[in-house]
Amino acid sequence: MTVVGAALYALIGGGALLALVRLARGPSLLDRVVATDTLLVIISAGLAVHAALVRDPTLVPVLVVVSLLAFVGSVSVARYVGGMLLRSRTGDGRDLGLPVAAEETEGRS
Amino acid sequence: MTVEPAATRLRHQVPLAVWLVLVWMLLWGSWSWANLLSGLAVALVVLVLLPLPHVVGGVRVRPAPLLAFLGHFVTDLFVSGAEVAWQAVRPQGVRRTAIIQVQLRVDSDLLLTMVAEATSLVPGSLVLDLDREQRLMTLHLLPVRDHADVERKRANVLLVEERLVRAFGAAEDVDALDRARTEVAA
Amino acid sequence: MTALADVVAFGCLLAGAVLCLTAGLGLVRFPDVLSRMHAGTKPQVLGVLLVMVGAAIRLDGWANAWMLLLVAAFQLLTAPVSAHLISRVAYRRRHVRRDLLLVDEFTGTGHQDEAYRGDEPGDAPPEHPAARPGG
Repeated sequence: MTVVGAALYALIGGGALLALVRLARGPSLLDRVVATDTLLVIISAGLAVHAALVRDPTLVPVLVVVSLLAFVGSVSVARYVGGMLLRSRTGDGRDLGLPVAAEETEGRS
Repeated sequence: MTVEPAATRLRHQVPLAVWLVLVWMLLWGSWSWANLLSGLAVALVVLVLLPLPHVVGGVRVRPAPLLAFLGHFVTDLFVSGAEVAWQAVRPQGVRRTAIIQVQLRVDSDLLLTMVAEATSLVPGSLVLDLDREQRLMTLHLLPVRDHADVERKRANVLLVEERLVRAFGAAEDVDALDRARTEVAA
Repeated sequence: MTALADVVAFGCLLAGAVLCLTAGLGLVRFPDVLSRMHAGTKPQVLGVLLVMVGAAIRLDGWANAWMLLLVAAFQLLTAPVSAHLISRVAYRRRHVRRDLLLVDEFTGTGHQDEAYRGDEPGDAPPEHPAARPGG
C-alpha cells in the first residue's frame, strides 16, 4: 500500500514540477496561463489522492474551491488579453506593446 | 427587448432553478427539507440578481441515443487521451498539427454549444472558433499523420454531431440532418 | 469485497496520476501554445474523472461522493469554456508554429460583423451603432 502511495505522490509531484518548469520558462503570458491552469488541476488531483490515501474527507470541499478557482483565473486573464487585442489595430496587439509571439520567430529559423 | 409573458419566462427559469437547487444539495451532501428550502431561496436570489438570456428552442431527451452518445464519448475520451499522452511521452515529440474547418449541419444554439463542448472535451481537438451564421467550426488537431487522418477526424466530428442531434434534437433538427445526408449521397 | 474495491480505486488513482505526469511532459515538450492546451485539457477531463472515481470509492459515504461528483461536473462544464477562450486569443496573438501545420483552413470568419466584434458580453451595446443593420 505504501509503495502505491509513494508512486502516486511521485507521479503527481513530477507532473506539478514539469508544469512549474513551463510556468517559469514562459515564454509568453498565455503559456503561463495554460501552465497555471494545468498546475491547479494537478494540485486538485493531488489533494484528492491524499484524501483517498488517508481516508480523510475534510479536504473534499477544498477540491470544489480549487477546481472553480482554476477556471475563474484563466478566463479572467484570457479576457484581459482579448480586450487588448480588440483595441489593437494590427490584430495581434503588437502596436499596444505586446511582444511578438515566440512561435513566429522559432518557425522561421 | 420584447416583453414576454410571465408564464413562458417562468417555464424557462424552472430548469435553471432545479439545477441550482441540485448543486446546493450536492454541496451539502445530504437531503433534508432545510437544505431544499434554503437551496430554493438561494436559487431565487441568484436568478433575480443574475438573469440569463434563455436558450431558444426546445430539447427532448431520447434515452437510447443518449446512451449511445455517452458510450462513444467515453471510448473517444480514453482512446484519444492515450493518443495525446503517447505524443507527449514518445521520443520524437510532436511533428504535425492541423487547423481545419468543419461545416456543421445543426441550426440550434444549444446543439451547436453541445457539439463544441463535446469536441473540446476530447483531447486532441480544440475549438478555435465557431461561426454561428455559417455553422462553421474551426478546430486545432494535435496528432495528425497525413491528409487521410485529417479527413477521418473531420468525419468523426460530424459523427459526434449526428449522435448528439439524435439524442437531444427536436424533430425538425433530426429531419434537417437526414435531408443533408441524402443531399450528400445524391 | 473491500479488497476488490481498493484495487479498482488504486487503479483509477494510478491512471489519473499517470495522466497528470504526461500532462506536465506535454506542457514542457509541445512546441506552441495551442498544442500545450491539448496537454492541459487531458488531465482536466479524463485524469480528474479517474481520480475522483478512485477517491469516491475510497472515501465511503454518500456526502463525499456527491461532492466529488460535483467537482467532476464543474470540470466537464468549465474546461471547454476556458480552453476556447485561451485558444482563441492564442490564435489571434499568432502563437502557432505555422511550419508544423499540415493543413491550415482558417482564413478568418469571412465576414466581419460590423456592430459586434464577438468578444463582448451578450447584452453589450454595439460599438458602432451606425453600422448596425437597420439601425
